[in-house]
Amino acid sequence: MTVAESLNHNWQRFTPLQRLSRFGFYLFIAVALIASLRTIDVIPEFLYDAPEQMADLVSRMWPPDLSYVRPTLKGLIETLHIATLGTIIAIVMALPVGLLAARNVTPNLALNLFAKFVFVTSRSINSLVWALLFVAVFGPGPLAGTLAIAFRSIGFTGKLFAEAIEESNKGSIEALTAAGASKLQTLVWGYWPQVRPSFWSIALFRWDINIRESAVLGIVGAGGVGVALDTALNLLYWDQVAVVLIAIFAVVILAEIVVTSVRARIL
Amino acid sequence: MTPQEPPTQRVAFAPNWGARIGWLLLAIYVVYAGSQLGFSAERFSAGLEHGHRFLARMFPPNFSRWELIASGIVESIQIAVIATFFGILLSLPVGLLAARNLTPVWISWPTRGFIALCRSFHPIIVAILFVKAIGFGALAGVMALIVASIGFISKLFAEAIEEISLKQVEAVRATGAGFLSTLIMGVQPQVLPRFIGFATYQLDSNLRNSTMVGIVGGGGIGAALFTAYQRFDFDVVLAILIIIVSLIMVAEIVSGWARRVFQ
Amino acid sequence: MTAETGAARARAEAPDTVEDRALVVRGLTKEYRSGQPVLRGINLVFPGSGVTAIIGPSGTGKSTLIRCINRLVQPTSGEILFRGEDLAKLSGRALKNARRRIGMVFQEYNLVERLTVMENLLCGRLGYVPAWRAWLRRFPEHDIQRAFDLLDSVGLPGFAAQRADALSGGQRQRVGIARAIMQEPDIILADEPTSSLDPKTSVEIMEILQRVAQERAVPVIVNIHNVELARRYASRIVGMTGGHVVYDGSPEGLTDTDLKTIYGGESWIE
Repeated sequence: MTVAESLNHNWQRFTPLQRLSRFGFYLFIAVALIASLRTIDVIPEFLYDAPEQMADLVSRMWPPDLSYVRPTLKGLIETLHIATLGTIIAIVMALPVGLLAARNVTPNLALNLFAKFVFVTSRSINSLVWALLFVAVFGPGPLAGTLAIAFRSIGFTGKLFAEAIEESNKGSIEALTAAGASKLQTLVWGYWPQVRPSFWSIALFRWDINIRESAVLGIVGAGGVGVALDTALNLLYWDQVAVVLIAIFAVVILAEIVVTSVRARIL
Repeated sequence: MTPQEPPTQRVAFAPNWGARIGWLLLAIYVVYAGSQLGFSAERFSAGLEHGHRFLARMFPPNFSRWELIASGIVESIQIAVIATFFGILLSLPVGLLAARNLTPVWISWPTRGFIALCRSFHPIIVAILFVKAIGFGALAGVMALIVASIGFISKLFAEAIEEISLKQVEAVRATGAGFLSTLIMGVQPQVLPRFIGFATYQLDSNLRNSTMVGIVGGGGIGAALFTAYQRFDFDVVLAILIIIVSLIMVAEIVSGWARRVFQ
Repeated sequence: MTAETGAARARAEAPDTVEDRALVVRGLTKEYRSGQPVLRGINLVFPGSGVTAIIGPSGTGKSTLIRCINRLVQPTSGEILFRGEDLAKLSGRALKNARRRIGMVFQEYNLVERLTVMENLLCGRLGYVPAWRAWLRRFPEHDIQRAFDLLDSVGLPGFAAQRADALSGGQRQRVGIARAIMQEPDIILADEPTSSLDPKTSVEIMEILQRVAQERAVPVIVNIHNVELARRYASRIVGMTGGHVVYDGSPEGLTDTDLKTIYGGESWIE
């Protein structure tokens, strides 16, 4: 081998900067975890007791109290209405804001940022908190719940809509504009056909999540089966609680089946 | 077309009756559901008036009880961090077992059922159950969020594994690599970026939920929030909300950083 | 039987001869669905040097035959004798050990897309290093140097840090070949290595395979449907049709009649 050929090739998996970043990150996680574990207020007796307590709870739930099925079903139907109506309202509100957030539809940076701010606020406030706020304004009941679901979902759906719009093919829009289409026309004929499958996918996804969210709003008085759950819990009627839990589980599974089959059909 | 067939009318845009009926049904449903839920114009306008007064009482936000708020937020962060860590740890084997291309049917289906169970209930409900079972405090909150994490991460992890290209794995196996080496060099590189994505998403989600489980006794800032709410101290409520929203925004930045470091 | 296996073992331990590296296939049968065999009792002796090309129409079992050798496909019955072992009967650790001595090049390259070229090459050593080395990417230094040298020899100097999915088809296949050589194999299998490549790149790849067979004294078995390439680069040709071997001889001896038997009909000969 010549001197040139015997040069030692050096292989490093990560650049020094990458190594530093990764190390920094691992360090950060370790510190966060250790700090959390050391200072969290956990009573050790509770921890040891836990499996026994949970077994006790489960035994009190069986057999479920079938007399509670009627009020549960009533609440469940109300929950479905809250979830569906809330999703619909959210989509109606999220579409225009989503258009404002999409950089290719709205080149105005200020409007983009405003729309993104709306989304972040909507997403950061838990649906339960939205429910508390609306109960304070509109009084307890499903109206507060529906609005809570709606306002929480605007951020989620709007952000995904904006991303779908931004990912659409510029070429077809260009062609339409060149042919003399107005803004509204490019929206309907250019963007909408491309965005439509994502639109339905996002709407279904959020509806599925909202069913779960709507079920608990009753705990703070915003209607739905959560009210039945809360009542049974406060009275410590575990066999009634079991009925509500089973009903929620069934509805969630059903919704998933509906969503998967609609997805397979439409998309 | 044969000469015998009668000439048919050519329609450029045939009306899509299926879709039109669909939209009509949707509109009918909205009106129906609205009436079922007791929506009415008077309620709405009364609410708007009320809302005016309500907003007035929220401003300006009241940070005077900041020590209480700070300790609550710290506890919420602790709950989120611990729950995400152990949730991820437990989701790795659970997700692997649930992947239909890695394990036989009699293992993957029950595992998927278990994951579905973890996902079906809102973390608040799970938190209520844990509080009743093991007592008030952060532990109940942690356990509830671990369950929620497993439900989310395992499912997506299993889906990511099922979507990998088995050809790449086959090539690694053909070199004589053992099971572990094949996982490390064949499966993991295909799955890791997506995994980082949903792990950081779950951290975010856990942080949001950890601020809420206090409402039902699971520790964290939720308790302080609920107490202030019940006492009509809406300015304190606003202060707490502002802190929570800021926290979540910071967490989103940290998640973005993590995703870039590990992409 | 013991005398035979004893002699076979002695051969395996003795200095490497061309006969040692020969692969013997006896009565190999494979049925994906019972009653519909894809391979019907194949009997072949693959020479221990040079390039052997298997030609034949699609669906005739060429790929199945190759994949039975390193057991990516499980034979239904028959023997595959290599270096004193019956590959068809191995399992577990023995199979793993046999596989690391058999290199494979795939039609669609089958590199791990998200890994770099260097990491893909080091996959070739996975049969020889413990899993923790793979996890931490701490492979032995001489393996890394070998990888660099191999990259030079297949014409890809400086590509070590590139991600596999950033490469063209021809470049990926060269990495695939280098990965196979990294295993220091006793035999290299190539399952339609040129089918996804354009004509010019196909020639380049066949050149590399032929060079590998000569310079490293490793027999190469190639599955190929381009008869011209087979004639040009192979030292031996096996023709298959309908799950049977219908030609087994030199490229010069391959007549049009033979090709007609293999492929049926003259229309493709132009």
